[in-house]
Amino acid sequence: MHRRPVALLAALVVALLVLAPGVASAEDTPTPSEPTSTATAGEQPSGTTQAEPPDSEYYVSVVLIDSSKKTKDSPGEPVPGVTLTVETPSGSPVGSAVTDADGRLFIPIESPGKYKVVLDEDSLPDGTSLSGSAATEKDINVFLQGATNVQFQIGVTEGTSVSYGDRISQAIVKGLKLGLIIALAGLGLSLIFGTTGLTNFAHGEFITFGAIATYFFNRGLGLPVIAAGICAIIASGLFGYLQDKGLWGPLRRRGTGLIAMMIVTIGFAILLRYLFQYLFGGSTRTLSAYVAQSPHTWGPIRITDKEIATICVAAAVLLITCLAMMTTRLGKAMRAVSDNPALAASSGMRVDGVITSVWVLGTALTGLAGFLLAVDRQVNFQMGFKLLLLVFAAVTLGGLGTIWGAVVGSLIIGLLVEVAPTITIFGVQPVPDSIKDVGALLVLILILLVRPQGILGRAQRIG
Amino acid sequence: MDIGTVIDAAVSQAFGPQAIVFALAAIGLNVHFGYTGLLNFGQAGFMAVAGFGLAASVVTFDLPFLVGIVVGLLASVVLAFILGAPTLRLRADYLAIVTIAAAEIIRLILGAVETKSWFGGSNGLTGFVKPFRDMNPYGSGLDIGIASWSRTDLWSMTVGWALIGLSCLLVWALMRSPWGRVLRSIREDEDAVRSLGKNVFAYKMQALVLGGVFGGIAGLFHVLKQGSAVPTDFNTTFTFFAYAALLIGGAARVFGPVVGSMLFWFLISGLGSIFSQLTGGTDPTLPTWLMTDTQASLIRFIVLGLGLMLLMIFRPQGIFGDRREIAIDAR
Repeated sequence: MHRRPVALLAALVVALLVLAPGVASAEDTPTPSEPTSTATAGEQPSGTTQAEPPDSEYYVSVVLIDSSKKTKDSPGEPVPGVTLTVETPSGSPVGSAVTDADGRLFIPIESPGKYKVVLDEDSLPDGTSLSGSAATEKDINVFLQGATNVQFQIGVTEGTSVSYGDRISQAIVKGLKLGLIIALAGLGLSLIFGTTGLTNFAHGEFITFGAIATYFFNRGLGLPVIAAGICAIIASGLFGYLQDKGLWGPLRRRGTGLIAMMIVTIGFAILLRYLFQYLFGGSTRTLSAYVAQSPHTWGPIRITDKEIATICVAAAVLLITCLAMMTTRLGKAMRAVSDNPALAASSGMRVDGVITSVWVLGTALTGLAGFLLAVDRQVNFQMGFKLLLLVFAAVTLGGLGTIWGAVVGSLIIGLLVEVAPTITIFGVQPVPDSIKDVGALLVLILILLVRPQGILGRAQRIG
Repeated sequence: MDIGTVIDAAVSQAFGPQAIVFALAAIGLNVHFGYTGLLNFGQAGFMAVAGFGLAASVVTFDLPFLVGIVVGLLASVVLAFILGAPTLRLRADYLAIVTIAAAEIIRLILGAVETKSWFGGSNGLTGFVKPFRDMNPYGSGLDIGIASWSRTDLWSMTVGWALIGLSCLLVWALMRSPWGRVLRSIREDEDAVRSLGKNVFAYKMQALVLGGVFGGIAGLFHVLKQGSAVPTDFNTTFTFFAYAALLIGGAARVFGPVVGSMLFWFLISGLGSIFSQLTGGTDPTLPTWLMTDTQASLIRFIVLGLGLMLLMIFRPQGIFGDRREIAIDAR
C-alpha cells in the first residue's frame, strides 16, 4: 500500500443561499431540495439525522463528497458524520451541524457578511483525513441578494481509507503479483546458478531488458502490447544465447574462476544499466495500453484486469516450466549438469549445449518478468536493478539452484514485502512503507545464517 | 577540443577529495578482499554508519566534533562485529550477498521518513562540518596550470592524503608481519591454516574490523569534504566503483588501491570532460542524434563497466598486482 499523498478528493461544495423574501424559494436554489426519504436510518452513522433546509432567511449549505471514490455515474461517495462550524471572522461561532447520510448539512445564519466555514478534522471518518496542505477553513462572503455558490476542494488523503481486512486482502493480491514476477526472474537466476554456479549481479538488468524491449516493440515499432511482450521474451532469450556464446562460454573454457566471473557480472551490470539509460533516457515511460485500469470489486478484493492477467500468466508459465524441468529430457540433463558437470560430460551429455539452453530459458523467463513488470508498473532503466536484491532474497530463501525453491521463496518474499507494512501493533507500524524492502533483506540475511541451503535446498558445504 | 581543460579536470579529480574517499574505501576493501579473501560488498554500509555517526552525534545529539569522530569510528567497528560474527563462516558468494543486503538495509533505514528526526530523511544532515573547515590554514585556492583546487578542497586533500599515507604505512607494516602472513594464507587455503592451529575465524574478524575502520575513515572523510551526510551517497554502486578502483590498481598491493582510485577518477573525469566538450556548445562535434550532452555524461560509466569486465577477464591482477597473489578462484 503506497501512501502517496494523493489529493484524492474532495469536493466540499458550499452553497450559500441568500433567500430574499419573495425572490427565491428553496426549489430554485441549487441545493438538493428534498432529502431522500429512502435512506434508512440504519445506514446512517449515529448522531446524524437527515438534514433539512432550515426556515432561516440565510443559511450555509455544504455537501461533502469523497471524490476519491468517483465513478462514471456519481462524483463520489458522500461523507457523513463530519462536523462543520460557521464562525464570524473574529472566531465566534455562529452555528454548527453534522453532515447527514448524503453528506449534506445546513447551517442557518442571521445576516449577510463575511464568515468562515471550519471543518472539524477529528470528525472525519476513519480513512479520510485532510492532507497537510489542505485548508480546513474557508472564508466565505454572503452577499445581500441572490444565491452565491462557493465551491472549493479540500485534499483528502486516502491513508487508511479501507478497513483492515480490505487492506490485508489488497496487500495479499499485490504481494502475490509481486511474488510471481519475482519468481519468474528468480527461476531464471536459479537455473543459471544451478548449472553454472554463477552468482549473477547483472540479472536485474535482464529484467530491465525485457521491459525496455517491450517498450521498444510497443512504442517504437507500433506493435500491440501483448505482441510486443512476446517479441521481448524472444529478444531476451536471444540476448541470453548471445551472452553465453560470446561471453560466459568463452570464459568457462578459459577456466575463469567463479569469483572473477561474479565481478565480470558486476561490470556487465554497470555497462548494461548505463547503456539502457543512454538509449532509453532517465525518465519513466508508459506502454501504449493497459496503463490505468479501474479495479473490479469482489467482496474484499479489488483487482484490475491486468493484475488478473499478470497473475494467471506468471503462474501458468511457472507451473509449466517447473513441470517441464521435472519430466523432460532437457530438464533431466539440466539437473545432471547442475549436480556434476564432469560426470554429465563423461556420460555423453553435451554440457555446453545444456548450459546454453539454460541461459536461453533463464533470460527468456526473466524477460517475461520484465514484460509483466512493464505492464504492471512503468518502464524505467533502473526497475530491474531495484528488484535485484529481492530476487536474490527470494531465491536464497527457497534454495539457490532448486526449481520449486525459487517459486516458494519468491511468493513468501512478495507477500512479506506487501503485507508487512499493513501490520500495526499497538498503533506502531513495525515495518513502515518507506522501508518495506528491509524485511525481505533481513529474511535474506537470516536464512543465510540459519539455513543457507534455503527451505527446499539440500544441505551441502557452504562455508 | 580544448585539451587543457580535459587535463585540468582529470588531474584535479585524480588528486582531489573524491579520489581520496575511493582510495580510503578501497584500502579497506584491499584488507578484506586482497589480503584475506573476504568478499565484502557492503563497504558503503561501513562508510554510512561512520558518516552518519559523526553527523547525527553533532547535529542531532549536540555532542562535540571530536566525540562525533570517535562515535563514527566506533560505529564502523560495531558494524564489523555485528556483520562478521554470523557471516564469516559463509561461502564467498553468500558473504557477498549478505554484506550487500546489510548495506542496503542501513541505507534504507537512514533515509526513511520514520527516522527523519535523527538522520534527516532523504535530505540527510548538514551543519556539522564547521570545526573541520575552521581548522583550514590555507588562505586561497591553488592553480598549478594542469590542475586547480579550491581552498576547501586543498584543506580536505591535505588531511586526506595524510590519512592515506598513514593507512598505507599501517597496511604495509601489518601485512609483512606474521599476522599479515596468516591472513594471506587464509586467503590461499583456509583449511591448511586451520590445521596449523590458527583460529581462522578470529583472524577473519580482525581483518573485517580493520578494513571496516578504513571504510569508516572513508565515510567520515566523505561527509567532511562534502559538508553533508546524504543516504543516497552510500549506495551499492559506490561499493562496486570502489572495487573497480581496487582492481584497476591491483589487489593485495599496498599502493594498489591508491593508484587505482587516482586512475579511476582520472579516467572518469577525463572521459566526462572529453565527451561534454564533444557534445557541448551550439554546434557540437558529435551530432545530437548520436549523442546529447545528457548522454555524454553516461559514456564514462559504460566504458567503466566494459573496462571492469575486460580487466577481470584479461588482467585480474590489475596494474601492479602479482597474478600469484590473486586467489580470485578461491571459493
